[in-house]
Amino acid sequence: MNLETVKTELKNGVLWTTLNRPDKLNAFNEQMGDDLLEVLKEAEKNAEARCVVVTGEGRAFSVGEDLNTNRAVYDSGKPMLLGEVLKRKYNPIVQRIRKMDKPVIAAVNGVTAGAGLGLALACDLRAASEQATFHEAFIKVGLAPDSGMSFWLTRILGLAKAMEVGLLGEPIDSTMAMNLGLVNWVFPADKFREEVAKIAERLAKGPTKALGLTKRALNRAIVVDMDSALEYETYLQDVAGRTRDHVEGVKAFFEKRDARFSGQ
Amino acid sequence: MEYQVLTVSREGPLGLITINRPAAMNALNTRMVTELISALDGFEKDDSVRCVVISGSEKAFSAGADIKEMAEMTAVRMAMTGHFFPLWDKVGRFPKPIVGALSGFVLGGGLELAMSCDVLIASETTQLGQPEIDIGIMPGGGGTQRLTRAVGKYKAMEMILTGRRIGAEEAKALGLVSRVVPKEAYLSEAKKVASEIASKSPVAVRQAKMAVNKAFEMGLADGLDFERELFYLLFASEDKDEGMKAFMEKRKPEFSGK
Repeated sequence: MNLETVKTELKNGVLWTTLNRPDKLNAFNEQMGDDLLEVLKEAEKNAEARCVVVTGEGRAFSVGEDLNTNRAVYDSGKPMLLGEVLKRKYNPIVQRIRKMDKPVIAAVNGVTAGAGLGLALACDLRAASEQATFHEAFIKVGLAPDSGMSFWLTRILGLAKAMEVGLLGEPIDSTMAMNLGLVNWVFPADKFREEVAKIAERLAKGPTKALGLTKRALNRAIVVDMDSALEYETYLQDVAGRTRDHVEGVKAFFEKRDARFSGQ
Repeated sequence: MEYQVLTVSREGPLGLITINRPAAMNALNTRMVTELISALDGFEKDDSVRCVVISGSEKAFSAGADIKEMAEMTAVRMAMTGHFFPLWDKVGRFPKPIVGALSGFVLGGGLELAMSCDVLIASETTQLGQPEIDIGIMPGGGGTQRLTRAVGKYKAMEMILTGRRIGAEEAKALGLVSRVVPKEAYLSEAKKVASEIASKSPVAVRQAKMAVNKAFEMGLADGLDFERELFYLLFASEDKDEGMKAFMEKRKPEFSGK
């Protein structure tokens, strides 16, 4: 599926999803929001796609909302109603990624800012190119965090560090991002895609159902108390125990060989 | 009865009703109402059925009343045929426990049907709402009464006046569903709960259900009197003897329903 502003390529079970407005540093206009949501919907249904990678074309991952598209409103002096934009565009994207029953990796190839950073944070794992930079950006234009940023920053960084990032909005380079736990890996720029592919393809060969259930368990565990988490784990394990991949995994263990997971 | 929009089956002591009109998101129509009444009638008369499970599909328990059918209804015809009212009466007064297994859309008449059940197990994908206001009408199958009793005035007003849907977790927090489970497990969990209820004394279960439902109809003093009467009555049952004896002998009771 190739849309106007998002390119996709399915390779070795990995759906590479590339934000494709390089001349605008992959800023989100209406079209790109719609296109990405469409790709995510399809990815959910496509059984061949067992891992999704989101990345950006050119030198940016994404710099967030394309302020140029709203220029007329700003120039008119009328207030900008951003709540609607969030409800329609960004919130559904964040929800889709987090609720998708397969792993989603953000391959942060370059600069990422605002809702672009929100998008990266919504993904399950983040790999950064060493030239990637991370900008909170909202505070610089007099806004509060959105696209899930308040939720993920506090959970990933802890409250104190999240406050620092949110209130001061200093740029974060890839080394710092790694130290903060904001990204899982940093790779050299010239080997970036190759390294991300290794991780993504490994996940694509994994027990997809169990990966999805793990994702659900972890996403839930950060918002509930321990007893509820235990209860939810019990349900999930009942579900996982009935998958073909579980049977294969145990069989492989007894036969002392690598498991061949089908994703079922 | 030849079921067209339901699948009706048995699993041990459980009577299972699955709403099966996938092309219309399990929307309720006259045919479905007739079939639901017939299925419930059958389960009510059959002593070997101890608990009923009503479910739809993962995508939709029921997205509400069939709007195409409703659009053609006149007030007079609705009054004469009773529209869905015979169903609401049937399910509202059904003496055996009903577990609702919810997933996906539970809207309008679908939510009203759900709220007529006694225990609700919801998949995490469940979305509940009374969106009738969006098409210029209001809930007519008990929604304004049962939702208000379940979640209180202000939440009920918000849902009924704006038509906004709520998710499974919010519904659980409001006390509108009993339990939220992963989408793969909602039906098995509902059956598990139903089986647990089915293993209890059917007499005690029936009286207890009646007593809880009376809490919404009576003042506290009358309700307590009512409860007491039912409680005394259970002391005349064989199941009470068996239950207490089994407890003292540290074994599982075997209830006969007498």
